[in-house]
Amino acid sequence: MTLTALAEKTQATETLPVIEIQNLDHYFGHGALRKQVLFDISLDINAGEIIIMTGPSGSGKTTLLTLAGGLRSAQSGSLKILGQELCGASAAQLTQARRHHGYIFQAHNLHSSLTAIQNVRMGLELHPNLSVEEMLGRSQAMLEEVGLGDRLNYYPDNLSGGQKQRVAIARALVSAPKIVLADEPTAALDKKSGRDVVELMQKLAKEQGCTILMVTHDNRILDIADRIVYMEDGRLANQ
Amino acid sequence: MKQLLTSLQHRTPLGWLQLRHDRGRLLVALAGIAFADVLMFMQLGFQNALYDSNTRLSRSLQTDIVLVSPQMRNMQFLSTFSRRRLYQTLDVPGVQSAAALYSNLISWKNPQTRQERQLQAIGFDPNQPAFNLPEVNQNLASVKLPDRVLFDRTTRGEYEKAIAAFQQGTPVATEIERRTIHIAGLFTLGSSFAADGTLMTSDQNFLRLFPRREAGSVSMGLLKLQPGADPQQVAATLRSYLPNDVRVLTHAELVKVEEDFWKSQSPIGFIFGMGTTMAFFVGVVIVYQVLSTDVNAHLKEYATFKAMGYNNGYLLSVVFEEAVILAVLGFIPGVGLPLVLYQLASKATSLPIFMTLGRVVFVLMLTLVMCMMSGAIATRKLQSADPADMF
Repeated sequence: MTLTALAEKTQATETLPVIEIQNLDHYFGHGALRKQVLFDISLDINAGEIIIMTGPSGSGKTTLLTLAGGLRSAQSGSLKILGQELCGASAAQLTQARRHHGYIFQAHNLHSSLTAIQNVRMGLELHPNLSVEEMLGRSQAMLEEVGLGDRLNYYPDNLSGGQKQRVAIARALVSAPKIVLADEPTAALDKKSGRDVVELMQKLAKEQGCTILMVTHDNRILDIADRIVYMEDGRLANQ
Repeated sequence: MKQLLTSLQHRTPLGWLQLRHDRGRLLVALAGIAFADVLMFMQLGFQNALYDSNTRLSRSLQTDIVLVSPQMRNMQFLSTFSRRRLYQTLDVPGVQSAAALYSNLISWKNPQTRQERQLQAIGFDPNQPAFNLPEVNQNLASVKLPDRVLFDRTTRGEYEKAIAAFQQGTPVATEIERRTIHIAGLFTLGSSFAADGTLMTSDQNFLRLFPRREAGSVSMGLLKLQPGADPQQVAATLRSYLPNDVRVLTHAELVKVEEDFWKSQSPIGFIFGMGTTMAFFVGVVIVYQVLSTDVNAHLKEYATFKAMGYNNGYLLSVVFEEAVILAVLGFIPGVGLPLVLYQLASKATSLPIFMTLGRVVFVLMLTLVMCMMSGAIATRKLQSADPADMF
């Protein structure tokens, strides 16, 4: 069964969690330096939920996020994303899995040689059955949605911090992913831009019916969450 | 192929956009590649000019079969053999005539600057033209007079005034081995690496210039065959008929022997081959520097692309795309500039330096290989673009 078919099934039934984590442990380093950073994590996230994960620095939030995003390979326990087991997955399987979610980083990480619309289009090129016109049309529509319809051909250097982060959101959401993973998306922004950015994410997520897992330190945005998960010393605390 | 084209259209030309975004870096890269290309073109141009100029004399000989000494190395170092062998060839069916050619390097005083210069002096019977050079053959009567020589007007060095004076009818005289020599005519052959130019005269005048040379020891024998005789066959007969103190070569074989000499025996071929190789690696280093700086500058973006689900192959293709674009764009000035430099070098050295299509294709291939190699080394840096470690 393909991933998309699974995703559709997930959406149809609504009861199946899109992210299903059970007894997940994770270690960094080898031999004597081997150190456990995640302890017995179990977490289910349902479709359409907005989950904020918070906790002190070094508590393992980002590690958990990168595992869920397929940026690292899970070592022990079970980690199912859209029904696919990522624990012990090969590099090629991980790369494939990454195509089914959008990732938003603390820094915008836009490509400085590409204009706003070209950057957004990069989020679509992984889906080969789209024509160039379709890709441009969808990229433009997405940028209009994030309020940058008049900045399509601007290079990142000519955009403000908030605008760049909005382009990054457009890039993550343009392929209508089922899951959006965000790692402190407001950290580099001032209060107003930060608020705008998360509200935008919330609005688009509700429209597209996608699930958001967000790591943040920012107390000002906690209210957008459906559920808040607190993490400390590699363990999930009861909310 | 069609599928490849559609996928290329589908794809954002990231490599090109990246290169175009940083104009300064692009210009430096293109200048570097053009520089390497110019170096390669000049080296290969000189190398070919060497082969051409050193076979020009042997190619313009008017002969079917030549006899040379087994000691012969090239047209400037012919050594000698006994004239008796020439007469013997007339016994062989198919040989119509045999003529002697004398050759030696001499120092003469440039009539204009009075500096001593090394030329190749060639003497032969003026009643039997030895070269396919109309200007030489028209003036053969004048070198029958003592101490008259024909002078190559494309000799390397400062001869413009002397040539102009001669053309206006002023007698031009100079000195060889304490003899006063008069220029009796001009022809065009061109200089070689071994000699600045060529003087042609009668066998009698030649022997006057070299009192120690005997008429009986000749540098080369020029055989003409009867119409319809096969040079290969006659040469084979001559080889078995003559003792092995002479070497029998058809005209084509002689040209080949000379070319092979310069290609393998002389250090010059090696030097230019080395020069081309060096230029190639200079190019590799320059392109590598540019590409690896570019990869480093974009590591974060590349890691982001990986986090989005692009694989390593995609990033490799971006680097190679850049390499190919650099190769092609850098080649344009790299082939244009040598065209001008060839003209200048050809004027300055009187060597036949010119562009050939084969060389253009060869250097383009080298440039592509050069950029691909640099690209391949630069992609090693891509491994550090790991999104998990970067964010």
